[in-house]
Amino acid sequence: MLGYIVKRLISLAISLIVASVVIFVVVEVAPGDPASFMLGINAQPDTVAALRTELGLDQSKFDRYLSWVGGMLTGDFGTSYTYRTPVAQMIADRMWVSLPLALFALTLSTLIAFPAGIFAAARRGGAGDLAVTGATQLGVAIPNFWFAMMLVLIFAIQLRWFSAGGFPGWEKGFWGGMKALTLPAIALALPQAAILTRVMRSSLLDILGEDFMRTARAKGLSARQALWRHGLRNALIPVLTIIGLQFAFLLAGAIIIEQVFFLPGLGRLIFQAITQRDLIVVESVVMLLVFAVIMVNFLVDLAYAAVDPRLRTRV
Amino acid sequence: MSRNLILGGLLTSVFVVTALLSFVWTPDSVEAMNIANRLKPPSADNLLGTDHFGRDILSMLMVGARTSIAVALVAVGIGMGLGVPLGLAAAARRGGMLDEIIMRMNDLIFAFPSLVIAILITAVFGPSATNAIIAIGIFNIPVFARITRGAALSLWKREFIMAAQVAGKTRTRISVEHILPNVANLLIVQGTIQFSLGILAEAGLSYVGLGAQPPIPSWGRMLADAQTMVSLAPHVALIPGLTIVAMVLGLNLLGDGLRDALDPRLKVVRA
Repeated sequence: MLGYIVKRLISLAISLIVASVVIFVVVEVAPGDPASFMLGINAQPDTVAALRTELGLDQSKFDRYLSWVGGMLTGDFGTSYTYRTPVAQMIADRMWVSLPLALFALTLSTLIAFPAGIFAAARRGGAGDLAVTGATQLGVAIPNFWFAMMLVLIFAIQLRWFSAGGFPGWEKGFWGGMKALTLPAIALALPQAAILTRVMRSSLLDILGEDFMRTARAKGLSARQALWRHGLRNALIPVLTIIGLQFAFLLAGAIIIEQVFFLPGLGRLIFQAITQRDLIVVESVVMLLVFAVIMVNFLVDLAYAAVDPRLRTRV
Repeated sequence: MSRNLILGGLLTSVFVVTALLSFVWTPDSVEAMNIANRLKPPSADNLLGTDHFGRDILSMLMVGARTSIAVALVAVGIGMGLGVPLGLAAAARRGGMLDEIIMRMNDLIFAFPSLVIAILITAVFGPSATNAIIAIGIFNIPVFARITRGAALSLWKREFIMAAQVAGKTRTRISVEHILPNVANLLIVQGTIQFSLGILAEAGLSYVGLGAQPPIPSWGRMLADAQTMVSLAPHVALIPGLTIVAMVLGLNLLGDGLRDALDPRLKVVRA
C-alpha cells in the first residue's frame, strides 16, 4: 500500500506541475498587456513601465512562473491587477457562494438519483424502468442554463416564490442564502442527477447478475432483501466514482449557472477577470479548479486501493 | 430497426435538412430588423413568433442550426482525427513509452473540466466559432484516444491479429488494416454521443458570449438575448431551448439505436 501511495503521489505532483505550466503558458500568450490595459490608451509610456515593474511584469516569464507557483504553495495567490487586493481573499469570498452551491447541487442530485436508479433497476424492463430511463434521456438533453431560465420564469416571475437572481450574503441569515441558491442548485443538479441515475441503475443491474446475488436468493432472501443487503453495497463503487467526479464538474459547471442568476461566485469572478485582463486572477482560479479535480480523483483512487487491494497494481 | 434508431434518426435528419435548407431558403431574412413587429407570439406570418428585433425566430433557428451542427461536427472531426491515431498507437505498443505519455496526457486533459478549457481558450484567443470548435475539439481527443486504445487492446489478443503478425505485417499496418475497421462501429456510436455533447457545449459557450459572434445566429445567443425578455414574451426563451433539447435528444437516441443495431456490447463513454 505504501508503495502505491508513493507512486500515486509522484504522478499527482507531475499532473499538477504540467497543469500549472499549461495554464501559465496559455494565459501568457494572451494578447494585451495588463499594465497598458489598466491605465488606458492615453497613459504615458513611463507610467506604464512603472506599473509593469510594480506588477512584476518586467521579470522574465520563467521567474514569474516560479513566483506564481511558489506563492500558491504558501497560500499567496498574488495580487489582483485590477483591484489591488490579494487574489486569495477574492477567491475565498467567492468560494462561499460556489462551494455551497456545488454541495447543494450534489446533495440534490444524489437524493434524486439513488431512489430513481434503485427503483428502475428493481423493475428492469417494466413500465417504471421505462419511465425513469426516458426521464434520464430528457435530463441529459436539457441545457442546464436553459432549465435555469425556465425555473426563473415559473418560480420567480410567475409564482414569485423565489427571487430571479442575486445573492443576499450569508451574514443576512442562513435560510436567505439557501433560498437564493435553491433554483441555481436545482438547475445544476438536474443533468447530473440524470447521469447518476443511469450509473446507479446499470451498476445495480450488473451486480444483480452476479453469483453471490443468486446465492443470496438461494439461501432464502426475497429479491428485495437481496437487493438491499448485498446488491446496493456492491453497486456503490462506480456510483461513488461518478459522485467524486461530479463534485468537481459542478464547481466548474456553476460558472454558467452563476451567470444566469447573477451569483457572485467563482464563475462571475473568472468572467470579470477575463474582460479586465486580470490575468493573475484567471490563472489562479483555473488552477484552483483543476487542482480540485485532480485531488478528488487522487483521493477516490486512494480510497479504493485501501478497500480493494487488487486495484493497487494498476497505476 | 429499433424505436430509438428510427426516432433518433428522424429527429436528427429533420435538423440536418433544415440547416441545409437554410442555405437556399428561410421563411424570412435573419438580418432585416422590424422593431414594430418585435416579440410577437407565434402566428401565421411568423410560425414561431419574432424576437426582440422583430426577426423571425424560425428563420433564426434554421440558420442557427447550421452554426451548432458545424461547430459540433468539426469538433468531433478534430477529436477523431487526433484521438483515434493516438489510441491506435498507444495500443500497438502496450505499456511502452508512447502509451504511457499518451495516457498521462489524456488524464491531464480530463482533469481540466471541459467548460474551463473552453472558457480559457475562447477568453484568451477571443470569442469566435473557430475557437469554440477548438475548445470543444480538444476535449474530444482524449475521449476517442481512450476508447480506441481500450478496444484495440482487446483486439491485439485475438488470433487473426496474431496471424497477421506471423505473416510479417508491421504494427502500423495491422493497426490500420485490421484494428481500425474493427473499432469503426464503436467510433460511429461514440461520435454520435460526442456530437450531441458538442451541440450542448456550443450552446453553453455562445450563451455566455464565447461562441459565434453576432450577426451569425446561434441557439445559445438567442437564449442569452431572450433572458431579459422572458417575462414579456416567454416564447423567445421557450422555443430555442426546446429546439436544443430536441436536437440533443435526437442524437442521443440515434447513438443508442446505432449501438443496439451494430453491437450492444460496445463500451461507450458518457462524460
